[in-house]
Amino acid sequence: MPKKSYRQAINEAIRQEMARDERVIIMGEDISGGMGAPGEQDAWGGPMGVTKGIMPDFSRDRVLDTPITESAFIGCAAGAAATGLRPVAELMFVDFMGVCFDQIFNQAAKFKYMFGGKAVTPLTIRTMYGAGFRAASQHSQCLYPLFTHIPGLKVALPSNPYEAKGLLTQAIRDDDPVIVFEHKAMYDDEGEVPDEAYTIPFGEANVTREGDDVTIVAFGRMVNFANEAADNLEKAGISCTVVDPRTTSPLDRDTILETTEETGRLVVVDEAHPRCNMASDIVGLVSQEMFGALKAAPQMVTAPHCPVPFSPALEDIYVPGVARIEAAVRQAMGKGH
Amino acid sequence: MQLSRNDLLAAYRKMRLIREFEDAVHEEFSAGNIPGFVHLYAGEEASGVGICMHLDDRDAIASTHRGHGHCIAKGCDERGMMFEIFGKKDGLCGGKGGSMHIADLSVGMMGANGIVGGGPPLICGAALTAKTLKTGGVAVAFVGDGASNQGTTFESYNLAKVWNLPAVFVVEDNGYAESTASVWSVGGSQAARAAGFGMPCTEVDGHDFFAVWEAAREAIERARNGEGPSMLHVRLNRYYGHFEGDAISYKGEGEIERVKAEKDALMLFRNRVIETSLLDAGDMDAIDREVKERIVQCVTEAKAGASPTEADLLTDVYTSAY
Repeated sequence: MPKKSYRQAINEAIRQEMARDERVIIMGEDISGGMGAPGEQDAWGGPMGVTKGIMPDFSRDRVLDTPITESAFIGCAAGAAATGLRPVAELMFVDFMGVCFDQIFNQAAKFKYMFGGKAVTPLTIRTMYGAGFRAASQHSQCLYPLFTHIPGLKVALPSNPYEAKGLLTQAIRDDDPVIVFEHKAMYDDEGEVPDEAYTIPFGEANVTREGDDVTIVAFGRMVNFANEAADNLEKAGISCTVVDPRTTSPLDRDTILETTEETGRLVVVDEAHPRCNMASDIVGLVSQEMFGALKAAPQMVTAPHCPVPFSPALEDIYVPGVARIEAAVRQAMGKGH
Repeated sequence: MQLSRNDLLAAYRKMRLIREFEDAVHEEFSAGNIPGFVHLYAGEEASGVGICMHLDDRDAIASTHRGHGHCIAKGCDERGMMFEIFGKKDGLCGGKGGSMHIADLSVGMMGANGIVGGGPPLICGAALTAKTLKTGGVAVAFVGDGASNQGTTFESYNLAKVWNLPAVFVVEDNGYAESTASVWSVGGSQAARAAGFGMPCTEVDGHDFFAVWEAAREAIERARNGEGPSMLHVRLNRYYGHFEGDAISYKGEGEIERVKAEKDALMLFRNRVIETSLLDAGDMDAIDREVKERIVQCVTEAKAGASPTEADLLTDVYTSAY
């Protein structure tokens, strides 16, 4: 199978869906780049070059550079979705949701329910998240728990290039509004990605490691750290199951509960701040549903309750890493580990 | 283009239907029969009807919290609306939306909106759909003088202009955003704001159906011909409070009574068509009777209608299984 980067996988998914369905359009700030400027056209392809090359192939009628106006263009994408297009809007950094959240959570997310089921809003929002880029407090957050909280939205967190293409393709074909969180530190990650279009269903977790002692549930980029921790621990005689839920909404509760029941021990790894995040959500779920099956207190590995710091010295401490995951697993295993 | 006799009868009927609908909602709300918040459009009928008469099912509108009149003007079923306002299962939105979220996308009504300034970005989307799929449709955002100060509205003016979208922004300026006067809250003028975005703006007396109709014709034709967005600044008055229950103590002494006596939209319309022999008083009296009966029937049926049940609580959240 051909190897492709996370960036290429996303680009390919968008192209294939645009070719398949003329109602699919993309829009965002500098998503092509150079609009109205005297120099190079398609100058950027988004700030990370993810959508580069799509405009020349599909024209500016379907690849729409926007002014810096998130309220207007995210709301525009919602309105376009409700009236017959299948827009893929790029919210450059999820941190910018503050200026357009109304259009996502009060408008797009609620059309279907408020209008008695008669609205269909096939809106995809691609957005960048996560720390590790020295991008500081307003360009590094993991705000997926906020979106997960809102009924009517779906939330996907692809953890590698294969997942990115399959989940984004599903998002574009999905008839509900979907927010796809792309970790900015993963665009150069490579992995096997089929050339043909494929979808990964939402709400079906991927079990990336199977073990007997501890279940690690991890999200997005953290899945890779969890896999690495599990491989290290295997050598130390601790065998872990790693679960990548793929989507936080819908959430594959069954796989989380079943794999945790098998091991009796749970570690959740979540790059988001610790209060009201996915880690607390899953620990709550497991504690309520299968308290008696737990052999140890569930462990949460998360970022701390502080804004993302700028200094590399601080940010490196801030981001949950492999060592912390291993320590949490040993904690769950108890004395002697 | 001239208004035919049938157009005039239809326009009068819609305006009367809105007035009767809102008066009935006012009475039922006062009697404690309607849950939640309602914001009534009575007094503003000529605006919604004068504009929406130029629209068809290709075209979309986005409305405000004061949305009943826009719904009726755009062709929503008044019986389903009344059921919705009473929170009944057979309401236009199954009782899940209520007064502030009435919508019917099948007739291009993209919803009343509980968020002031929520509509203009959505209308950019509807206009983008029309432009991309070449449907010939236009999209109209109704905003109040309150929403005219929201950033979403300004951003939508700009986006519609730079993308040359087939959009019309209608600022229905009833003089008050909640209890706050627009003469105080609006810096500059609506026309100057439009000019700042390179959009034409027509100021129009919103009590005068014919003036609204003519101004809207130009703006909508401009959009339909691919000549871009424009604004209508419609000055009008609301007869009831911001919401039902509002004592309206902030308005001047006799302010509403004066408007009703001198500038009532239905009265002006009647006087005009009778003076110019376009319609007879009898034509309109017959409409008045028919509409009154229709609204009484809607209220009676809505009151008796079934409420949604617990089985309806979790449906319609997602399109696919969740």
